[in-house]
Amino acid sequence: MWGWLIHPEKPYTWGFIGRVGLKAMILFIIANGLFMVLQPMDFISRLSLYNVVFDGRVRLPYAGSDSSQSYAVTMDNIPAMIASHQVARPKADDEFRVLILGNSGIWGFLLPPQQTLAPQLNDMNYLLADGRRVVAYNLAYPLPLTLRDLLLLDEAMRYEPDMVVWLVSMTSFFLPSQFVDTMVINNRDGVSQLIDNYELAISLSDIKFPEHNFFGQLASSQQVLAELYRNQLYGMMWQSTESDLFIEAYAPLSNDLEEDVTWGGFEPFVPLVEDNLFFNVVDVGYTISGDIPLIVITQPMFIATGANSDVLYNNDAPRWAFDSYRALFTQLAPQRNWHYCDLWDALPNEFYTDTPFHINSEGTGELARIIGEMMTDYMEFGYLGRECE
Amino acid sequence: MTFNLTLIAIFMVFGWTYSLVLPRAWRGWALFIASVVAVYALQPPLLIRHMDFILPTATLLLVVIVWVVTAPRIGGKFRWSQADLITVGMLLIIIMGLSLLRLLPESLNLFTASRPPETLPVMVVLAIFAVVTVGMGALTTQSRQRRVLSIFILVIIGVFIILKTEALAVALSGWLREQTGRDSTLANPLTDLNWLGFSYVAFRLIHVLRDRQMGKLPDISLRDMLTYIVFFPSLTAGPIDRVERFADDMTALKEMNGRDPARLVEATARIFIGIFKKFVVADSLALFALNAINAEQTINAGGTWVLLYAYAFRLFFDFSGYSDIAIGIGLLFGVRLPENFNRPYLKNSITAFWQSWHITLSNWVRFYIFSPLTRAMLRWKRRPSSNIIALIGLMATMMIIGLWHGISLTFFIWGVWHGVGLFIHKLWSDRTRKWYNQFKKKEGQLRLWNLVGMVFTFHFVVLGWVWFALPDMTIALTVFGKLIGVGF
Repeated sequence: MWGWLIHPEKPYTWGFIGRVGLKAMILFIIANGLFMVLQPMDFISRLSLYNVVFDGRVRLPYAGSDSSQSYAVTMDNIPAMIASHQVARPKADDEFRVLILGNSGIWGFLLPPQQTLAPQLNDMNYLLADGRRVVAYNLAYPLPLTLRDLLLLDEAMRYEPDMVVWLVSMTSFFLPSQFVDTMVINNRDGVSQLIDNYELAISLSDIKFPEHNFFGQLASSQQVLAELYRNQLYGMMWQSTESDLFIEAYAPLSNDLEEDVTWGGFEPFVPLVEDNLFFNVVDVGYTISGDIPLIVITQPMFIATGANSDVLYNNDAPRWAFDSYRALFTQLAPQRNWHYCDLWDALPNEFYTDTPFHINSEGTGELARIIGEMMTDYMEFGYLGRECE
Repeated sequence: MTFNLTLIAIFMVFGWTYSLVLPRAWRGWALFIASVVAVYALQPPLLIRHMDFILPTATLLLVVIVWVVTAPRIGGKFRWSQADLITVGMLLIIIMGLSLLRLLPESLNLFTASRPPETLPVMVVLAIFAVVTVGMGALTTQSRQRRVLSIFILVIIGVFIILKTEALAVALSGWLREQTGRDSTLANPLTDLNWLGFSYVAFRLIHVLRDRQMGKLPDISLRDMLTYIVFFPSLTAGPIDRVERFADDMTALKEMNGRDPARLVEATARIFIGIFKKFVVADSLALFALNAINAEQTINAGGTWVLLYAYAFRLFFDFSGYSDIAIGIGLLFGVRLPENFNRPYLKNSITAFWQSWHITLSNWVRFYIFSPLTRAMLRWKRRPSSNIIALIGLMATMMIIGLWHGISLTFFIWGVWHGVGLFIHKLWSDRTRKWYNQFKKKEGQLRLWNLVGMVFTFHFVVLGWVWFALPDMTIALTVFGKLIGVGF
């Protein structure tokens, strides 16, 4: 079996060893040099076996805390993440394509992919007056970060959406947390484009982007390539199991709250003003979506009734802060032509699981019904329906 | 700890330096020292205090005592040679030296899994051991040697059974935890009793003990015996070399041309091929290979088959890649370890498969289980038919191979699966030999028939892996159901 190695045609010599070593080094330098010069990552990232060999993913890949038990890779490569999603498949002629953006509650933490908002909405078979089928795509991702959502939206626009539904919460507009998100700090070019093309009101210097020397850049590229490769391999598991994240047991949300009324470092009980929250992202969202309708929704959240609920709605939302956030949003929406709907109390508490924003399958179904009717009302009558009044 | 890329790189640098720079006379000692230190360095950390120092020490002391009882008796008695006493001295110095690493900050200690025990208890244990060893040497006279060897074989098998039987290992782990003042309810053999390489060490020791009983064991120095049993490239996952062959390589080290490009190229190429097979192919397949969790999650027959194929190839590439790395590293140091794989999935019968899959284990079991058992049956007064002898021999052999991986029902069934397969193939080839021979003149038909045999054999092996991969019967049966589209 090993005859070719043990008994070569010409005996091995030190010259042979030297030539092999030299050629290997030259090939290594050429390959890496070409990679650095051509910067093919954008092109490579959009090459995907998903939607070709494997079905596209129902939600963006995310490995959770125990990656050894998940069939997904947590990565910051937005083109690759979306290329592995079912939104990257060709759009059918009768399809009304809806992108849904949001945080982990909308992504469907603790839910199997098929029970998240977009698939449940699709199961309701909404039809528009012109006969097009509403087909929603879950482009939400864990953590409430609207700057990250903009990066996703910007990339997803190439997949011909007809409508965007963006679920947000007060925390989504807290500016400092946007700047430390790994997806933001590892997408300098994307952030830069948002600033240059859509007048995003931040400066690149606000974000601490990683500084790499040549070898650091090389190592970083190899890491990204390894993630791309693993993401493709996990396609087999996705195809075979339609499962992506290991669903852990969880401690149910407590109805009793700790008496901590601080939020975002702002002075408690002093209503928030526009400058305290990063509402500029909504304007940028509208600029990115252009002629395509964009509906912004304050997503439902758990409203505690136990200890300290007189000053807090839940651990993420002191009443003084959240009330002023809602008031601000309601005030700004008509001024800036945002199609806004406030669903903060749309779901009863029994639908929430481990955090104020994570909802179970039944709650997600109810939210899907509300959003489905809202979308069809909007498309048919140009208003967001009674739930938003 | 199994081999990782850093460790392999260290071994390669060490191997090249050893070949190119080290004086020839030092090679044997360098291998001995490296192998002894590697027993500690490769041992994974364990949760029972000092167990990750105790188990490697036990491995080494066990080898010494086995060597003492197997050494040839001169005038009916055991005598220490000067060289062997030097080896004992070196061994004790290394063990004591490693225990002194406790004085270093933990971050600087690269040679033991955790902080070693205090030096005084280590000295006391070694002193007691020295007394026991000298006693064993004196008591094991020529006339008693055969019995003593049998006792040692039984003791090693006993320890092996305890470690490989989950309930017994948990009980032992719990008992050890109680003795060391730890919570016995947290007993877990994987984290408490993971005795690195013991499966391989045990089989090598039994080989040595049995060969001495049969009078086949060559004279071998303590240094070479210790190096043979714990030779670092093959300590954790084989191959299981034969002592006489290994001893020849050790003897030849002094004559070896350290700057022979042919050996260095072959060794380095084998290591790189092994790295590619293990760290690229096998680790990629591992992401979607069948396991107990995904076996229950699959939603269609096609997907279940893909997971099973991935498991089959992952196992092959992982294990054969590991063997390539071990063989390559061994070769860098002048030891040509035996081949362990020879394109097993391309064989056209289950018999040929077992001649090319984990070859050194198959050979070991053939030498020490199948051949003695079948020979014994042939000597019975009421001799069974040759088919019955073959059936019993094959079943015993394959069941032992199965249980060697772990004493559980699924490994047992996996062994039975292959035992039955080998027996049926024997009956089939006995009955079809003439018919098959006529193919030899018709090349096209022969090739087609071999292809059919290969596909059939491959799938027989692949389906057998279901038992091997999964920890319990219920999941295994669920997977068999899913493979034929039932149970979704």
